[in-house]
Amino acid sequence: MATETHGAAEAAGGASMPQLDFSTFSNQIFWLVVTLVVIYLVLSRVALPRIAGVLAERQGTITSDLAAAEDLKAKAVDAENAYNKALADARAEAQRIVADTRAEIQAELDEAIAKADDQIAAKAAESEKAIAVIKAGALESVQVVAKDTTAEIVAVLGGNAEADDIAEAVAGQMKG
Amino acid sequence: MGKIFFYAVLALVVVSGLIFAPEHAGLAIHPMDQFVVQPLFGDGHIAWYTPTNATLWMGLAILATVALMVMGSSRRSIVPGRAQSVAELAYGFVYKMVEDVAGKDAVKFFPYIMTLFMFIVMANVLGLLPTSFATTSHIAVTAVLALLVFVTVTVVGFVKNGAGFLGLFWVSSAPLALRPILAIIELISYFVRPVSHSIRLGGNIMAGHAVLKVFAGFAGALGLFSFLPIFAITAVYALEVLVAFIQAYVFTILTCVYLKDALHPSH
Repeated sequence: MATETHGAAEAAGGASMPQLDFSTFSNQIFWLVVTLVVIYLVLSRVALPRIAGVLAERQGTITSDLAAAEDLKAKAVDAENAYNKALADARAEAQRIVADTRAEIQAELDEAIAKADDQIAAKAAESEKAIAVIKAGALESVQVVAKDTTAEIVAVLGGNAEADDIAEAVAGQMKG
Repeated sequence: MGKIFFYAVLALVVVSGLIFAPEHAGLAIHPMDQFVVQPLFGDGHIAWYTPTNATLWMGLAILATVALMVMGSSRRSIVPGRAQSVAELAYGFVYKMVEDVAGKDAVKFFPYIMTLFMFIVMANVLGLLPTSFATTSHIAVTAVLALLVFVTVTVVGFVKNGAGFLGLFWVSSAPLALRPILAIIELISYFVRPVSHSIRLGGNIMAGHAVLKVFAGFAGALGLFSFLPIFAITAVYALEVLVAFIQAYVFTILTCVYLKDALHPSH
C-alpha cells in the first residue's frame, strides 16, 4: 500500500509534496466550498439559533429564580417582623391584664378588710355593753350578799341593826 | 553514569537495528504519501467534481459538526448533558472571541467565523485519526479559507468605511515624514496576511503529520527496539492534538483581528 501510494504521488506531480500538485487544487477547492456552505447553513439555520435560545432561556431561568428567591426572602423577613410584633403585643396585653386583675383583687381585698374591721368594732362594742351589764349585775349581787352577810354577822354578834344602816354601811365600804 | 547508560542504549539501538531490521522494510520512509489526494472510486483522473479522500474527510467533518452542534443540542436542556455542554462551550468560546476581539458590531459575522472554526477544528482532529486524510494540511484548502477571510474583510472594510478604510495604512500617530514609508509597509503586511494566515495552519498540520510518519518509519526499521520511536510517536501525537486545537483557535482569532481592522480602521 505504502509503495503504491508513493508511486501515485510520484506519478501525480513528480514533486515530493502532494500539497504542490496543482492538478488536485480544483477538486479540493470545489469540495471545500461545498463543505463550508453546508456547515454554514447547518450552523446559521439550526445549531446557532438553537444554542443561543437555550443559553438565553437558561439566563432567564436563573434571573427569574433569583428574583423569586429575593421575593421569598422579603416575605420571610416580613413574616418574622409580624411574628415579633404579635409577640410584643401579646406580652403587653398580658401585662395589662395582670395589672388590672391585681388592682381588682386589691380593691376587693380592701373592701373586705374594711367590712371586717366594722364588724369587729361592732362586735367589740356589743361585748363591752354585755360586760358592763354583767359587771353591774355582779356588783348588785355582791351588795346583796354583803348586806345579808353583814346582817347575819351583826345578828351573831348579838347586835340588832336596822336594814337601812347596814345598806348604808355596805354601800359606804364598797365605794371606799 | 547517565552518559554511559545513554551511550549503551544508543549502541543497543543501532546494533539491534542492524540485526533485527526486517530486510524488505529498511528505512523506506515516505512521510508525504499520507497527503496524496486520490479518487475514492477507481484510479483515474481527478476532475474538479471527482469524490476523493479529501471529499470523504470534509464530509466527515460536516457530520462531526452536525453531530456535535445539532444533535448535541437537540434536547435543549436547561441543565445540559455532555454533548450539549461541549456545543455550548464551543459556541460561547467563539462568540466571546468575536465580541471581545472584533467588537460588538462584529457579532453579525459570528456564524461565518463559527463555520471556519468548526470546520478547521473538526478537520484537524479527524486528520489525527490513524490512516485518515488531513484536509487542512493542504495549502489549497487553507489558502481558500484565508482568501475568503481576506476578501470578506477587505469588502467589509470598504463598504463600512468607504475610502476611510485606507486610513488603516495611513498611520496618523507617526511623524508626517515617516507616514508614506509606514503606509508602504502597512500595505505589504496587509497583502501578506492571507499568505501567513494560510501557511501557518497548513504548515503546522503538515509538519506534525510528517513527523509522526517519520517516527513510524523508524519504528518499522528498529525491530525489537521500536518501542523508542513509539514513545516518541505518543509524545508527538499528544502535541499534535494540542496543535489541532491551537491552530483552529489562532486562525479564528486572527480572523477576528482582521475583522476588527475592517470595522474600525483607525489605529
